[in-house]
Amino acid sequence: MSNAFNSPYFRQPASVRSVMLRVLVALLPGLAAYVWFFGAAILVQIALASLAALAGEAAILALRDKPVWLFVSDGSALVTAWLVALSFPSIAPWWMVVVATLIAIVVVKHLYGGLGQNPFNPAMAAFCIMIVAYPQLMSQWPAAGHQADFAAQWQLIFGGGPRVLDAVTMATALDTMRTALHTAGGTATVGAVFGSQPTFGAFGGKGWEWVALGYLLGGAWLIQQRIITWHIPVAFIAALGVTAGLFHFISPDRYAGALFHILSGGAMLGAFFIATDPVSGATTPKGKLIYAAGIAILAWIIRTFGAYPDGIAFATLLMNICAPLIDLHTQPPVFGHKNGGQP
Amino acid sequence: MTALRQLFRFHGGVKPAYNKEPSTTQPIADFYALAPLPAEFVIPLHQSIGGVPHPLVAAGEQVKKGQLIGAPDGYVSSAVHAATSGTVKAVEMRLMPHTSGLSALCVVIAPDGKDEWIERQPVPWRAMAPDEVRDALRDAGVVGLGGAVFPTYLKVNPGKKGKLDTLVINGAECEPFITCDDMQMREQAEKVVRGAAILRDLTQAGQVLIGIEDNKPEAIAAMQAAVTQTGEAKIEIVPVPTRYPAGGAKQLIRVLTGIEVPHGKRSTDYGVQCFNTGTACATYEALELGQPLISRVVTVAGNVLRPRNFVVRFGTPMKDVVALCGPKPDSDRLIMGGPMMGFAMPADTVPVVKATNCILVGSKALFPPPPPEMPCIRCGECAKVCPSDLAPFEMYWFSRAKLFGKAQEYHLFDCIECGCCAYVCPSRIPLVDYYRFAKSEIWAREQEKSAADEARERYEFRMLREEREKQEKAAKLAAKAAETKAKLAAAATPEDAAKKALIAAAMERAQQATQNPPAPPADNAEAPPAPPAQQTPS
Repeated sequence: MSNAFNSPYFRQPASVRSVMLRVLVALLPGLAAYVWFFGAAILVQIALASLAALAGEAAILALRDKPVWLFVSDGSALVTAWLVALSFPSIAPWWMVVVATLIAIVVVKHLYGGLGQNPFNPAMAAFCIMIVAYPQLMSQWPAAGHQADFAAQWQLIFGGGPRVLDAVTMATALDTMRTALHTAGGTATVGAVFGSQPTFGAFGGKGWEWVALGYLLGGAWLIQQRIITWHIPVAFIAALGVTAGLFHFISPDRYAGALFHILSGGAMLGAFFIATDPVSGATTPKGKLIYAAGIAILAWIIRTFGAYPDGIAFATLLMNICAPLIDLHTQPPVFGHKNGGQP
Repeated sequence: MTALRQLFRFHGGVKPAYNKEPSTTQPIADFYALAPLPAEFVIPLHQSIGGVPHPLVAAGEQVKKGQLIGAPDGYVSSAVHAATSGTVKAVEMRLMPHTSGLSALCVVIAPDGKDEWIERQPVPWRAMAPDEVRDALRDAGVVGLGGAVFPTYLKVNPGKKGKLDTLVINGAECEPFITCDDMQMREQAEKVVRGAAILRDLTQAGQVLIGIEDNKPEAIAAMQAAVTQTGEAKIEIVPVPTRYPAGGAKQLIRVLTGIEVPHGKRSTDYGVQCFNTGTACATYEALELGQPLISRVVTVAGNVLRPRNFVVRFGTPMKDVVALCGPKPDSDRLIMGGPMMGFAMPADTVPVVKATNCILVGSKALFPPPPPEMPCIRCGECAKVCPSDLAPFEMYWFSRAKLFGKAQEYHLFDCIECGCCAYVCPSRIPLVDYYRFAKSEIWAREQEKSAADEARERYEFRMLREEREKQEKAAKLAAKAAETKAKLAAAATPEDAAKKALIAAAMERAQQATQNPPAPPADNAEAPPAPPAQQTPS
């Protein structure tokens, strides 16, 4: 009689692939807003990153003597690719996102053991390497309102040669705010900076605030789908909001407010799609709160006092290192060991 | 009576497809009314947790139905009885209904077709001392029929306080496909309630809560009616939310009382005890009818045309029972128990035993092999569904890495192997297999360690003894030398009285040294720790 496997003999129809595909679906609202405000360049980057990720993963799997199709088809490389593309400027030269994706997949993911083994978030590690190596190129973002100028964007991505930076590019709201507050000899105020530049929208970066809301929408769906729990996004947004809000309250001219921080840069992408990466993050309920709050506060510090325009990626890597320790010290009590067994 | 009792929640749990309906369309059938007696009954002596009963019969002996054929051995053990009248063909090793494919000692009976009972006498349990009632239950072979087969008599215990607060009767039956308790409650509610009342009196319980999952409305109604009709006091039927594993003893105690009994603790210390409804019924039959436990209700379900419940005597080959239900041609295995916790049988000829609540017929289509295992992505689904509040993915990690100490730190032994974690795992990791592996490795190592400890103790004792013997020898030699010296001295200078006295004193000391050697170490140095009892999810 066949005795190939043991109980349980039936299982819920769940798979890594279905988890990963739903994460991709959840990115679509944010992606749609991105295209709407900033043009189709991001789709080119996503295509580049996806191809690089699949090719890179297939190659490294073959080298590692692992079943190529089983792992390439699990969708995890695509999620990494999309997150790399979405965190890069969509008008960056084509090779940047390709190199970054290969770093994420080959170095950060597979050299550490592949799916489920990487201590760092692959997309964020790749982002950090690229922003340290190419700070200039990583700071040239598309400007809202030029979405129709796809030819110019195409030229920037594939043109090569000296980059002609005209109206289609623009520094981000976070970058503009930081530069103005850091360089104006203490005379600039948050309010004045906010009103003076076309990069600002109603709360954060023009257009970007809508992309952020798109991520929020997709992230809420992920919670509803039970792919992620509420702990990380809520702790992330709350910690960022409280920290920014507190300093804004103390000195409104020197520190931008809570909504500005929450709706600018990578905050929403970070809260719902990056900090929630279970492989590199904390996993206990209490641990998730600490972990996410840690990323948010570190990101705020880097944004406010650091040299880089955004801090989500560095903050994520810093907290990635802490995740095992946080898990170790936040294990919930097991059955029969709560309240001495009494109800 | 069923209204407004505060219920509690246990963490996690899953809601698999229950598949209970098909086997409840027909009433419970007496297997032997539909099929001839099998050519032989193969009755394993070891059908409960604890010591293996020793056989009381030999080949060639005549036995009657219900006759004691295996006497309980040791404190934790339970009696075994003949399933029918006939001749003992052999007492020999036969294949056991266990996934390991091991054999164990069985009494093989060839029926004489008369099916003649022993004389049955009701046990006057009300007039008996508690210990005598317990002995009666042990000798009647009553064990937990929920699947754990722990000897019931050991659990019929009012605890330290002399009485229980709550007696929980487990009619939850949360495993998919299994309906034996459901059908028994529907058809023999009165026996179950009367059995519960006996257990209530024996444990001095303040209240009896019979927990039944709310997907069994017929059983709930029948039991409710039986409580009213029998007029038994302090018994309440409590429908509980249907969620696997609500029928785990600890989970049901939690749901009904809010109490969480930690792993390794006696529930009576917390004022509660839990019995299965089938056990209550068996208790009734043993005490009020004087009928030993020789049969039980068994569900046959899965890949069969006519799923049904039967009363089957222990020792009946499983394939005979399955044959009555029309197994489909693509059937490829028999599973004892449900799909969540059951075990595949090594052959279809193995006998039905006290633990056989269900024979689940499997096929590739019904229980397809899982897709290839993927690495753990730490998604935490397993932790969300774990009814013991464990971190299954951490235990998996450490079990896989053979870091068994770490696995134990993450409470490996609190795992009840319910299978919820593996059921939801998107990476399709056979998590429970890893825990079983880790547990068995730890047991094996502890056994090895206790054997090594024993050897070390023996060695140390030998060293001590040799040392002592050496000292004794030396002392004797010294005394002899002193004696000779004194004699010589006495011969040389008989007038030297002072010197003589000194020598006499030295001799005395030497003598004393030989007479009182250093105390030997205790021979019965502390016995090595006993190997841990086999874990059994209840």
